[in-house]
Amino acid sequence: MDLQTITYTIVGLTFVLYIAIAVWARAASTGEFYVAGKGVHPVLNGMATAADWMSAASFISMAGLIAFNGYGASVFLMGWTGGYVLLAMLLAPYLRKYGKFTVPEFIGDRFYSRTARVVAIVCLIFASLTYVIGQMKGIGVAFSRFLEMDFDHGLYAGMGIVFFYAVLGGMKGITYTQIAQYCVLIFAYTVPAVFISLSLTGNPLPQLGLGGKMADGSYLLDKLDLIVTDLGFKEYTTAVMGSKLNMFVYTLSLMIGTAGLPHVIARFFTVPSVKGARSSAGWALVFIAALYTVAPAVGAMARLNLSTTIQPAPDVNLVYDERPAWFKNWEKTGLLAFEDKNGDGRIQYVADEQKNEMVKVDRDIMVLANPEIAKLPDWVIALVAAGGLAAALSTAAGLLLAIASSISHDLLKGVFVPNISEKNELLASRITMGCAVLVAGYLGLHPPDFAAGTVAIAFGLAASSLFPALMMGIFSMRMNKAGAIAGMLAGLGVTILYVFQHKGIMFIPGTSFLGGMEENWFFGISPNAFGAVGAVVNFTVAALVARLTAAPPAHIQELVEHIRVPGTSRKAA
Amino acid sequence: MSDNSEYWKANLRLVLFCLAVWFTVSYLFGIVLVEPLNMFRLGGYKLGFWFAQQGSIYTFVLLIFFYAWRMNLLDRKFNVHEE
Repeated sequence: MDLQTITYTIVGLTFVLYIAIAVWARAASTGEFYVAGKGVHPVLNGMATAADWMSAASFISMAGLIAFNGYGASVFLMGWTGGYVLLAMLLAPYLRKYGKFTVPEFIGDRFYSRTARVVAIVCLIFASLTYVIGQMKGIGVAFSRFLEMDFDHGLYAGMGIVFFYAVLGGMKGITYTQIAQYCVLIFAYTVPAVFISLSLTGNPLPQLGLGGKMADGSYLLDKLDLIVTDLGFKEYTTAVMGSKLNMFVYTLSLMIGTAGLPHVIARFFTVPSVKGARSSAGWALVFIAALYTVAPAVGAMARLNLSTTIQPAPDVNLVYDERPAWFKNWEKTGLLAFEDKNGDGRIQYVADEQKNEMVKVDRDIMVLANPEIAKLPDWVIALVAAGGLAAALSTAAGLLLAIASSISHDLLKGVFVPNISEKNELLASRITMGCAVLVAGYLGLHPPDFAAGTVAIAFGLAASSLFPALMMGIFSMRMNKAGAIAGMLAGLGVTILYVFQHKGIMFIPGTSFLGGMEENWFFGISPNAFGAVGAVVNFTVAALVARLTAAPPAHIQELVEHIRVPGTSRKAA
Repeated sequence: MSDNSEYWKANLRLVLFCLAVWFTVSYLFGIVLVEPLNMFRLGGYKLGFWFAQQGSIYTFVLLIFFYAWRMNLLDRKFNVHEE
């Protein structure tokens, strides 16, 4: 069988598996549609959370960014894992104790205000939609390679599948499907990494292989540093992203954003107990760490293999006409491009813009191309395609559900049409999903950044708006309606202005206002990292406004007392 | 009520301790102090680089389970655990 057929077979089989599970566990009532009847074991919930969480950004995009940014890409590694510490200690147990369906519901109740609830919905939609755009970029990359067509058509095919997939099942379908997806994606990510680590360093554990020695006795990372600096690139193990301040703020933004993302928080409503919510966050991170500690090895080894393929020895460059099959295949998608600037028929890949002939190397292709570059067997390459799709689909579905429930449950049922029937509520949520897929797909044609960068913006939006409101709602007795609303609006507003000013309004190219301003003008902080600044603004504004306005009513203070303790207080009773 | 506020204070102390560790391994070791740490090595890894791409993640996992374990003890001590 050729690669194409094997890929179709493996991807097809995994799809049949997911859809079978989704149908088998079809959502019956509205409650089950959103949170699966609150009966999911912490370990299983952790695994599903990990699949929900690890999207195209983690699977397809992140290792590519690590490969080309080296140490600088550590912001993604620390940022997307460290957030779970915040989640486990600052939010999850309390939100579970409170025990409602959605994030806006909690914010609306805690701040005794419909306005607060609507503001939370707006924040949620901005963050989730941006996140889905990032997924669409990843899905487009995967489908364009898999179907051997250009990126735009790959994206259209992906949109159709995501829609079909998300509408079919609710959360319950998704919970069990996501457990299956986790298994597929972690297997698909680790297998090629183990093969490559073995062949380069003789060590099957990629985490150790990355710190290990190669056949010639030199350390892999030292050799990589040497190769990339010879080509004029920054040293792999020390290259910072922007500045150290930018890295600091970037990491913080991703961590806070992790703890503020509605589709991740919603997971913690589904565990049976407060105790379960705490350990569930730990289990989720165990399953996430399984991928995140392998990713640095995947990135470094991909960079090494790519460099040695194009330039096998100093002064020996690959002849373009003799380029390997993977090179030709990726050229078809338009995500990899070569231009023979000096007309010698050979490929020069160097840092100098004038001499570099690899005019386009989309970072998002690295993970998918990696096993081909390393000449691994066809079934491994097919497996990676299936894993990438699993990651993108599971997250896109979880996010669409969060968007749909915020519109149908929070906005329609909670605010505008309180007596809507269950049937119409489900219908509304499905229509919302359809619209969200179309909008995200359209904006995904010209994403503001690579998949991981786009997703980072989504985290910034969540970090600047939802996380501070949730945290103050639990940890501050004094925080009131006016403070929370002002804080959310200020935090989201500042972040959106900074991002849109750089990337265009709703990321549409050419609409960035104040276009002529210096790039990253605020202390060199990139727009992707700006959420942390937005969060600081949010906390500050909220604290000031709350101080100047009346304290929340007594029953709200009792509610806060209530969610701070796991069980009922027996002595008080 | 006073018991609950004792419980809450004990919880906050535990959270602050855990967050101090969280901050140290990622922001201090992984970013602020990365250059001096890079003078040391862990096999082929420079130490600061290792914290940024491996060590911080392992610490995060341990930290959450540590917190969950101590909180469960605290719940029992103050008799506020679930059934």
